[in-house]
Amino acid sequence: MGTSSAPVVEMRNVRVSFGGVRAVDDVTIDLRPGEVVGLVGGNGAGKSTLMKVLSGAQGPDSGEIRVNGQPASISNPRDAKRLGIETIYQTLALADNLDAPGNLFLGRELTTPIGQINDAAMEDQTRKVMGRLNPHFKAFRKPVVSLSGGQRQAVAIARAIYFNARIIIMDEPTAALGPGETAQVRNLIKQLKNEGIGIFLVSHDIHDVFDLSERISVMYHGRLVGTVNKDDVTTDEILGMIILGKPPTKLTEKDIAELKG
Amino acid sequence: MANVADAAQGQDVQVVPRPGLRGLLAQTEIDLRLFGMLAALAIILVGFNLISGGTFLRPVNMVTLGVQAAGIAIISTGMVLVIVSRNIDLSVGSLVGIVAMVYAELMANWLTSLGIGIDFPFRWAIALAIGIAVGAGFGALQGFIIAYIGVPSFIVTLGGLLSIRGLVWYLSNGAAVTGLDPTFQLFGGGAQGSIGGTLTWAVGLVGSLAVVGLLFNNRRRRRQYGFPLRPMWAEVTLAVAGSGAILGLSAFANANYWPQGLADQYAAAHGLPAGLQISTGFPDPLMILLGVTLLVTWLGTRRRFGRYVYAYGGNPDAAALAGINTRLTILKTYVLMGVLCAISAAIAVARLNAATLDVGQSYELYVIAAAVVGGTSFAGGIGTIPGAVLGAFVMQSLAYGLAYIGVDSPGQNVAAGVVLILAVGLDSWNRRRGTRTPR
Ligand SMILES: Nc1ncnc2c1ncn2[C@@H]1O[C@H](COP(=O)(O)OP(=O)(O)OP(=O)(O)O)[C@@H](O)[C@H]1O
Ligand SMILES: [Mg+2]
Repeated sequence: MGTSSAPVVEMRNVRVSFGGVRAVDDVTIDLRPGEVVGLVGGNGAGKSTLMKVLSGAQGPDSGEIRVNGQPASISNPRDAKRLGIETIYQTLALADNLDAPGNLFLGRELTTPIGQINDAAMEDQTRKVMGRLNPHFKAFRKPVVSLSGGQRQAVAIARAIYFNARIIIMDEPTAALGPGETAQVRNLIKQLKNEGIGIFLVSHDIHDVFDLSERISVMYHGRLVGTVNKDDVTTDEILGMIILGKPPTKLTEKDIAELKG
Repeated sequence: MANVADAAQGQDVQVVPRPGLRGLLAQTEIDLRLFGMLAALAIILVGFNLISGGTFLRPVNMVTLGVQAAGIAIISTGMVLVIVSRNIDLSVGSLVGIVAMVYAELMANWLTSLGIGIDFPFRWAIALAIGIAVGAGFGALQGFIIAYIGVPSFIVTLGGLLSIRGLVWYLSNGAAVTGLDPTFQLFGGGAQGSIGGTLTWAVGLVGSLAVVGLLFNNRRRRRQYGFPLRPMWAEVTLAVAGSGAILGLSAFANANYWPQGLADQYAAAHGLPAGLQISTGFPDPLMILLGVTLLVTWLGTRRRFGRYVYAYGGNPDAAALAGINTRLTILKTYVLMGVLCAISAAIAVARLNAATLDVGQSYELYVIAAAVVGGTSFAGGIGTIPGAVLGAFVMQSLAYGLAYIGVDSPGQNVAAGVVLILAVGLDSWNRRRGTRTPR
């Protein structure tokens, strides 16, 4: 699926620099409905920064974003959410002192008709969505600081899927998860894909990326090395792109031998 | 999927009780820290009562103590929100000072020259409204500089502390201002500035019914969603203890009487026999404190504003990434502080029946101490409003008690400082042991 439909997101010629550091340097990528695009690259390659531009957490120096073909101005996280873009941040972005429902609904609290926060309703909804992610989760009224890394990650994922997103950005969504929970997130990603949601998946796990994505975009020192169809490349070629910053066509036998040490 | 979720919910209903007193307390879901503070307050009061040979705990002393604590406690409710959101407000004393002077000037001079003479109806209310607006204005100005320009709150409010106190001097040309509206004086408490016996019982009754109603409503809502419930014995204990305490306080306040001379005057004026005993009931400042505590607690726990204050304190980045307007939230905390300072200033001016140059001096220290003793953490994100109010009462009963048994004011300061460090030290020690359940 996917390849025939028009992109739901296009980021064109995006640039971000911090002082002298060009964190994102003229990057163009896109995402179609029901598609997973894996975004890979070494540490500091600029993956998170690029994704933050899309989620409204980081203003770009230049570049254009289109959502459903229309130019979109995303100048803060609220704009992104309004466009149906939800994000699981690498840092999780949880308020440690609030409980799971408080974090899930942060900024979008359920209220009673007179505008009072409705904790019971939020807890109810949280129990339902967490049942889908982590059925053993019970700490609904504890501040998330007292949860395990995996449980915290589950809360962050729940927040991204609860609000009927059309585009989900996942920055290392399984970094803190055990094998069982990781498998659950993989299933979740497949499920979301079937629902027609587009997903940017940032990950260091090449096998995960190969398993889940349709296309893979590789970044190297802020630049886009290239975007390839998963079926057209091998893991070695992706590794070459990540480590040497060379597209598969320019990769030599010697390079591959070097990679394998 | 759904089945799994339901099964998980089913298991959830069983809460495994922990052994011992701590376990029992946990089942009532009472904040352990609040419970500890109530115990500390009780020990302080009973301790001074023993030392003083049983005279300390008289209603007349307790009412005075309460009135003295009210001015600090009112501001401390807002200081909790300021500290929770990782800021500080050092300007509260000077804010109290300037608004106090505005009240006095308004009633003594300005209103009259505006054509609002002594006989004008609700003159006191006009003064109060203007004073509150002035407080809110100074708060908004400081809040704007902190939130939108990004100057650290410590610096901005330190500047506020210095410069606003200077403005007090200019407003009054360096002299105290006297001549308040008689109705305004009632804010200060005393025989007439209290709500009287009947109303006190009414407040007690409404309060105890409210406790039962809240507990009931909470249980009903949790049952409706199928969430775990408190054991029934815990609900009953809470209801009995809560409403009993409120009714007990009402009875206690009603055991405080008007001074006999004043009561006799009143009796003569109304054709009643001399020797009449008139209950004062709760003094006005305490009623104001009650209202402020309920209001700010509601703002802090039941409104988005409060939720955002706590979220920002817990993780400023997370709050911003969630799309919260964090700057406006911070600005609002300072506006609230200005309003609370204005309310506190009304009580201070009314008690003095004048505004002197040093009204509110050092309030910032007592207010911050109250919040911190009450469990507010400078790391941000943690603190409760009832805790701060209790903290104000702990600090004030200590000071009042020491004065009562004849310790001079330097000695009181030494004790207050030691208790402050002790309370916070105990708290961090407790937290390191991991026994404290925040929330
Ligand atoms: N807020 C910031 N201020 C200054 N420099 C930054 C900031 N955020 C990122 N950078 C820099 O931008 C570059 C890209 O960082 P980014 O976090 O996007 O990398 P990444 O590909 O997500 O790496 P990782 O795999 O380690 O998460 C790095 O050199 C980093 O130091
Ligand atoms: Mg990253």
